[in-house]
Amino acid sequence: MNSIYFAVIKRDLLQVYRRKSDIATSLLFFVMVASLFPLAVSPDPAILRQIGPGVLWVSALLACMLSLLRLFAADYNDGSLEQLVLSRHSLSLLVLAKIFSHWLLAGLPLVLLSPLIALQYDMSANALWVLVLSLLIGTPALSFLGAIAAALTLGVRASGLLMPLLVLPLYVPVLIFGAGAVTASQTGMDAQANLSLLGATGLLLLLFSPWATAMAIRIAVE
Amino acid sequence: MLQAQNLSCLRGDRHLFEQVNFTVQAGGLLYIVGENGAGKSSLLKILAGLSQPEDGKIFWQGQALTTDKSSYFDKLFYIGHLNAIKEDLSTHENLLLWPYSHQLMDLNDAVSRALGAVNLLRQAHLPARLLSQGQKRRLALARLWMATEASPSAFLWILDEPFAALDSVMTDVLAKHISQHLQRGGMAIVTTHQPVAIQAVETQTYRLRE
Repeated sequence: MNSIYFAVIKRDLLQVYRRKSDIATSLLFFVMVASLFPLAVSPDPAILRQIGPGVLWVSALLACMLSLLRLFAADYNDGSLEQLVLSRHSLSLLVLAKIFSHWLLAGLPLVLLSPLIALQYDMSANALWVLVLSLLIGTPALSFLGAIAAALTLGVRASGLLMPLLVLPLYVPVLIFGAGAVTASQTGMDAQANLSLLGATGLLLLLFSPWATAMAIRIAVE
Repeated sequence: MLQAQNLSCLRGDRHLFEQVNFTVQAGGLLYIVGENGAGKSSLLKILAGLSQPEDGKIFWQGQALTTDKSSYFDKLFYIGHLNAIKEDLSTHENLLLWPYSHQLMDLNDAVSRALGAVNLLRQAHLPARLLSQGQKRRLALARLWMATEASPSAFLWILDEPFAALDSVMTDVLAKHISQHLQRGGMAIVTTHQPVAIQAVETQTYRLRE
């Protein structure tokens, strides 16, 4: 495959491969935040089981947000974003390619690491599966929402402070469905309703986010 | 043919420029000159379709530019004052993974030829962050050689200060390359502070005043 989208993805992946600390930072952040709660709250397994889904999801969400800063900012500062806008190809699809590589580098590692971290919270095998599944469905939605916020704050001073304010309220539905799915499976209920809603949110954002992000980028490079 | 009609640009509440009119024909070269802050880069961004003029219109091949500019972008090549270079990639990879490159057939050879043209072959596998300021500019300009191979047909080049930070040898090489582009029927709009010898079918100078 030799297309412009492939080139965009490969360029992003190769850059992060050259500077692995970028990935390690947000992953370590996830591990640390999720590990602080058992120390702070209580080592009682009953309590840990209860707070586990929420804590893990909030930690994943924060780690995902941390990595948003590098989604477009570097491209904006070095002029690559201008060149993407000037492409005859659809900017929305180019943005989708960038969001995909962002998810590969920021979302997928969280999904893979989550069952290991979840062991601290004494979760059952079934709940672990639902956690992985909910993160697998939910993290793309986080990347989609984050992309809009990242593009809107391009060129804004103190964008590192503004972006969380912008993106965290948007993350609320994803958080509720995601953590809700895991909690449901722990209490013996069916997690499918929450997972379906999570999937629906993701699909809706798949349609909306690349378009909205492209609009914000066009304004940013003016 | 590129035609600008009554272009004006507003920055804050100050008019950067008003009533800019010109026509660039095939083979034509347009220098845009003016003092620092006169609005040269802003004018180029408007011409490239990156930003909207406050007033006025741009016509490409007789048609006004609308919101869908993809057919215009297809014929346009813009190098702004930013180099669009990825510091963590090597010089070679920067051209190889440049989103426009995929159109080229023997991509690796094309990249080597372009790097040879701007005299960066010895630095091909060096990370771009180790290049000097002038070398980075040459790497950005190497895309002009790639562009020539990707689309030899008529092409509009919009170049913002392409000669800044270049040594005299490279200035001559670039001037010659732009001349060849114009002889093939291309067009070029260039901002520059120094006189350079570019041969064109028709050379115009547009002066922006404060």
